[in-house]
Amino acid sequence: MGKLLAVTGNQAMAEAMRQINPDVCAAYPITPSTEVMQRFSSFVADGAVDTELVTVESEHSAMSACIGAAAAGGRVMTATSSQGLALMWEMLHIASGNRIPIVLTLVNRALSAPLNIHGDHSDSMGARDCGWIQIYSENGQEAYDNLIQAVRIAEHEDVRLPAMVCMDGFIISHSIESMEYLDDQVVRDFIGSFTPTYPLLDNDNPVTYGPLVLPDYFIEFKKAQHEATMAARDVTLEVAKDFAKISGRSYGLFEDYKLDDADIALVILNSAAGTAKDVVDEFRNKGIKAGILKPRLFRPFPYEEVGDALKNTKAVAVLDRSDSYGGFGPGYMEIASALMINSSRPILINKIYGLGGRDFFPEHAGAVLNELKEIAATGNVKTFKEYIGYRD
Amino acid sequence: MSTSLKLKELSRKEELLTGGHRMCAGCGAPIIVRQILLASDRPLIASNATGCLEVSTTIFPYTSWKIPWIHSAFENAAATISGVESMYRSLKKQGKLDKDLKFIAFGGDGGTYDIGLQSLSGAMERGHDIVYVCYDNGAYMNTGIQRSSATPKGADTTTSPAGTVKQGKQQPRKNMTKIMAAHNIPYAAQASPSNWRDLMTKARKAIEVDGPAFLNVISPCNRGWRTPTNVTIELCKTAIETCFWPLYEYEDGKLTVNYKPKEIKPVTEFLKTQGRFKHLFNPGNEGLLKQIQDDIDRDWELLLKQEACDKSN
Repeated sequence: MGKLLAVTGNQAMAEAMRQINPDVCAAYPITPSTEVMQRFSSFVADGAVDTELVTVESEHSAMSACIGAAAAGGRVMTATSSQGLALMWEMLHIASGNRIPIVLTLVNRALSAPLNIHGDHSDSMGARDCGWIQIYSENGQEAYDNLIQAVRIAEHEDVRLPAMVCMDGFIISHSIESMEYLDDQVVRDFIGSFTPTYPLLDNDNPVTYGPLVLPDYFIEFKKAQHEATMAARDVTLEVAKDFAKISGRSYGLFEDYKLDDADIALVILNSAAGTAKDVVDEFRNKGIKAGILKPRLFRPFPYEEVGDALKNTKAVAVLDRSDSYGGFGPGYMEIASALMINSSRPILINKIYGLGGRDFFPEHAGAVLNELKEIAATGNVKTFKEYIGYRD
Repeated sequence: MSTSLKLKELSRKEELLTGGHRMCAGCGAPIIVRQILLASDRPLIASNATGCLEVSTTIFPYTSWKIPWIHSAFENAAATISGVESMYRSLKKQGKLDKDLKFIAFGGDGGTYDIGLQSLSGAMERGHDIVYVCYDNGAYMNTGIQRSSATPKGADTTTSPAGTVKQGKQQPRKNMTKIMAAHNIPYAAQASPSNWRDLMTKARKAIEVDGPAFLNVISPCNRGWRTPTNVTIELCKTAIETCFWPLYEYEDGKLTVNYKPKEIKPVTEFLKTQGRFKHLFNPGNEGLLKQIQDDIDRDWELLLKQEACDKSN
């Protein structure tokens, strides 16, 4: 059995990293993820890990050094937030394009401007097309569990791709919750040892990483990359099955909460899903069939499974904690695609909430559910996309 | 056990940058890379900034590199190799690797002086055991001859064209070798493929030294300099004889000027060989030519003074 503790989300991520014991970490501090690498630096200073810590001068160099280190042939991790991820953007594509498994803790924070240090998903949603596996976490426990599983998913021979595990800045990163740590040995046995493929350090078998690929071969590279990314779906389920055995906690591609017979549903990511679950319970007590779909694996996106899970609902709201200005929220666009798979589908609306760390209260979830109830009954939609929880 | 730097012995060593790549005839960069790779007695792992050298030597499915090689982006050859070197240290420390390897990065002046300066400065400050080699051809040649901070004053490039009002690049070059030396790294040097024994000796010192090292090597580009393809080595020699490109090295911060021309030629001897400086010889540009000569005289005197100062300490 593991240990039950009261810790912050950042603390839990640093602890998972200590247990994973990567060969190299290259990172640059940024609020609210700073504490992850700060705590990890103490593990390095105290000899609790074997890691070479590369304290680079920017996030661009952090990801560059991670790419070099992982290509050299070892396990590599880092952590960042917001502008840090934005500065890595060029290198995120290069990590995935070169099929380099790196595991990154992303403590979600709003992107500038205006400058804001609090939690929303504009950073990870902005990076959703960078070719990284994206796994979202509701709380510290999920983030810890997801980080450990991400190592196995990223390094799987059918995948070999970088992965980011996302949790909400401050709301989770700086809040103390009770959670369970697994034993060190249990984690180490679960992740296993790193098996390098084509390591740069094997100078007897020299390889060229990152060549120039012209139109005659480029699309073949990209198709292979897409197929590897899609393979992460089954691998995620396989890894989750093994993880349940060591932890007793089960994970899927998404969490469905009271969704089986639901007429109306919210699709909501990360910490706000916890708040929304309470409100769904209240609606259920009133005899209203409400449910929640909380995505976990966002890249690759499990369109078929999500489409099937929502096909019998009458009205669904996707709540996005980020926006695509001039378009729908990123979550909405994915759910809309997922719903196209079946001929029967609910009416789908989009609410943008919680940007820059604005609190998401139960009454927000309640108001959306009431609106869905109305839509389900009448079929009339007032507006498909709307901001909620802002001052007039 | 090191190979002596004799042509006979060197000719028996395997070329680690193989022929058949697509660099231009007369380009300085592959000559420099071959000399450096030949100079090393240790197995090398290389990173390469985006640029002519990178795109022309690794057109998929071919590669010219017979050593492990990685390119990730333009501005980060130093950060990338610092990651490779960190993994090497980690695996060695853990007893997972039993090899004796050295690490080298190649970048042009764009990737070194400009867009990659921060990444390079960071890697040097962190003290990785790496060698960074800049092949300095004095402009962004890969994208079609745009000015860089290594472009000499007065040079005509596509973004500092010689026009009716402006006579080429307005600013003097950045002194990158001094900037690197100011990081207090154990070894920094300036070299030229024309003086191959000097370059190879410096490469060997840079590779052997424990810690970061920097080599700045002049690399003629016939496209950008607008010269014939068969004068590469002569251009380098003239650059040295005019003190446009002095050969010197900092060993643990102490400066040695490796070559002092008996009779320093005027810089016009260097400028007149190249189309990029042609407009400087038009009537009315005498003042500009004088400024260029004055800058070179001042820098050369400073170099000699610093060498004398370091020797007396």
